[in-house]
Amino acid sequence: MNKAVILVGGPSRATRFRPLSMNLPQPLFPVGGKPILWHQIKALSQVPDMKEIILLGLFETHVFSKFLDQCSEEFPHIRFSYLREYSVLGTAGGLFHFRDQIKAGKPKNIFLLYTDICSSFPLRELLERHESGEAIGTIMVKKISRDLAKRYGCVVPDEEKKMALHYVDKPETYISDLASTGVYIFTNEIFDHIDKILAARADELEKLPKKAFHDDFDRTQDSLMLESDVLPNLASNKKLGLYITQDFWRQIKTAASAVPANGLYLNSAKQEIPGYCAEGKEGGPEIVGAVYIHPSAVVDPSAKIGPNVSIHAKSHIGAGVRIKDAIILDNVIIKDNAAIINAIVGWGGKIGRWSRVEGNPDNGDEKTDQVTSSGVKIDSICILGQDITVSDEAFVRNSIVLPHKHISSDIHNEIIM
Amino acid sequence: MVSVLKKYEEEYGITITFSVENEPLGTAGPLALAREVLGKDDSPFFVLNSDVTCEYPFNEMVEFHKAHGGEGTILATKVEEPSKYGVIVTKPNSTMIDRFVEKPVEFVGNRINAGIYIFNPAILDRIEVKPTSIEQEVFPAMARDNQLHKLDLEGFWMDIGQPKDFLTGTCLYLSYLAKKTPELLVSPSENYVHGGNVLIHPTAKIGFGCKIGPNVTIGPNVVVGDGVRLQRCVIMEGVHLKSHACVKNSIVGWHSSVGSWSRLDGVTVLGDDVHVADEVYVNGAFVLPHKSISSNIPEPKVVM
Repeated sequence: MNKAVILVGGPSRATRFRPLSMNLPQPLFPVGGKPILWHQIKALSQVPDMKEIILLGLFETHVFSKFLDQCSEEFPHIRFSYLREYSVLGTAGGLFHFRDQIKAGKPKNIFLLYTDICSSFPLRELLERHESGEAIGTIMVKKISRDLAKRYGCVVPDEEKKMALHYVDKPETYISDLASTGVYIFTNEIFDHIDKILAARADELEKLPKKAFHDDFDRTQDSLMLESDVLPNLASNKKLGLYITQDFWRQIKTAASAVPANGLYLNSAKQEIPGYCAEGKEGGPEIVGAVYIHPSAVVDPSAKIGPNVSIHAKSHIGAGVRIKDAIILDNVIIKDNAAIINAIVGWGGKIGRWSRVEGNPDNGDEKTDQVTSSGVKIDSICILGQDITVSDEAFVRNSIVLPHKHISSDIHNEIIM
Repeated sequence: MVSVLKKYEEEYGITITFSVENEPLGTAGPLALAREVLGKDDSPFFVLNSDVTCEYPFNEMVEFHKAHGGEGTILATKVEEPSKYGVIVTKPNSTMIDRFVEKPVEFVGNRINAGIYIFNPAILDRIEVKPTSIEQEVFPAMARDNQLHKLDLEGFWMDIGQPKDFLTGTCLYLSYLAKKTPELLVSPSENYVHGGNVLIHPTAKIGFGCKIGPNVTIGPNVVVGDGVRLQRCVIMEGVHLKSHACVKNSIVGWHSSVGSWSRLDGVTVLGDDVHVADEVYVNGAFVLPHKSISSNIPEPKVVM
């Protein structure tokens, strides 16, 4: 049988996802009409003999209970559980800490996914590659532009591009343009391997003079990182396989990156899931490209929606409204003739008539943060937190608005706190 | 320009003659150049700078001018800061102009030349066909000869040479119409009118669900789509504003178009035949004729 672990992180690590993470933990934020986590669980559920999915993170236990109940209903053949880390153990440390639960039932393969990514998750292909060799771990990689390589874990492949010769996390100089995607498969042996790494580290510490035992060292010993401690070691022992995906993949680190991720998932769903995306029909509304409209949302027939738009539960879109490249969360009211472009409108937002909420398009993985005259860094996408009211005709441009604010006049390049 | 003004000849039963300078002759020289037209009989003639707007009290000017019997009358407007202008000083208890004080340091008066005059043809004897300033050269001489009087202009006055001032002048003029001849404006009870001061040519078409005003003029044959928002703007002849567009504080030139959900603001000026695509934001752009705008212009700039 197969198992999967999804590393969901914790509330303190999702700060880059503010202000949206103030209301909802990032893994549950919807892209393509479903929580980020759901897409990963859906892909894992289709792996043959997948029996159990474990979420591992620092969030309080109740955070995922309702979501996991829903998953149990939707994917009845899989057992779901959440394991909470109480201290920061590192990505591999957490895994090792819960090794007994993970190893229980002797899974043949353990899938490991980070939650802050969106992808088509070609897990069958990854599994095929993993089972074809002798690797302890197999990593899914994606070819990226040379300039961006130093932001990722980089993998140097062998000639056949099946095994990793070398792995470096965020190298200072250019090493390879194959980046780790945060999707892995390990065999059970990974735990023995981590054990060996820990033992070796303990030996090192023994040899050191006593005065070297200060706080930093203690922490280094406790916290074990997959990227800097385990994968380089596997690669140098010729136990790290690789699979290069040609399909879509990108990180969802910042709130702004939810908009392009939403577009990627919607375009994929439009191809793969009949009826999931809205279709334009006689009598409107006009639909352009991939659009998701929740059944309880109401959209006026004279509105024009898309491409790359999700409209969530109980939202109301007025006459002559234009929305593109945007996520409209639950219970939002958008009044007549307003325009929402490159933006996220938070829960319960109210956008006035002829108002405009517009950010700059997000250029994929390019760095799009900009420094404004006031010295504030702003994500490219315009983000309104929960319960924001924008007065009639006001323009919110390239700005981030924290929850419960009223915007009554034009704002440009501002963070409203 | 000739073709535009031809229409007015018919509409108002007047003759319009063009006198064209081949070289710049200043503010007085052109009058000498047009001597044959202006001096063909003894009747006085008006001279106006075209870049000012006010209530144009022409009848009052004629009466006043005939009554004082001098060669010229200058319409004088009140300003808040006379130290920025040339101030008119009259003789005590008289309308006769004594002198002009350029940018006075001490307060000598608050009336300045409004750029609108009425003259007897005799003024033409004071001017030669060469570059001459009426303000600097001709007026001081006339004042010395006790031939120049001032008539105070009541109400608004605005130099509208700059787009920003043109919009302000439009607002002032519309407010004046609202007071004086409200029947020329669209009735504020019309459901799309917001805040009044809306002047729409009868041949213009207004879509459903628009909100227009205050301070908007819409020229002949303009087509305004559904759900369009207009405020403090001038829409010239033949313009097409597509549905759900929003235009504020802007001038849209002849036969231009503004796309659906596009937004103009910040004293944007579109020249003749400019086309703004759908969903574009244009802030403070000065767009030369025959251009197409297909992406946002968030900061003021000239598009040429």
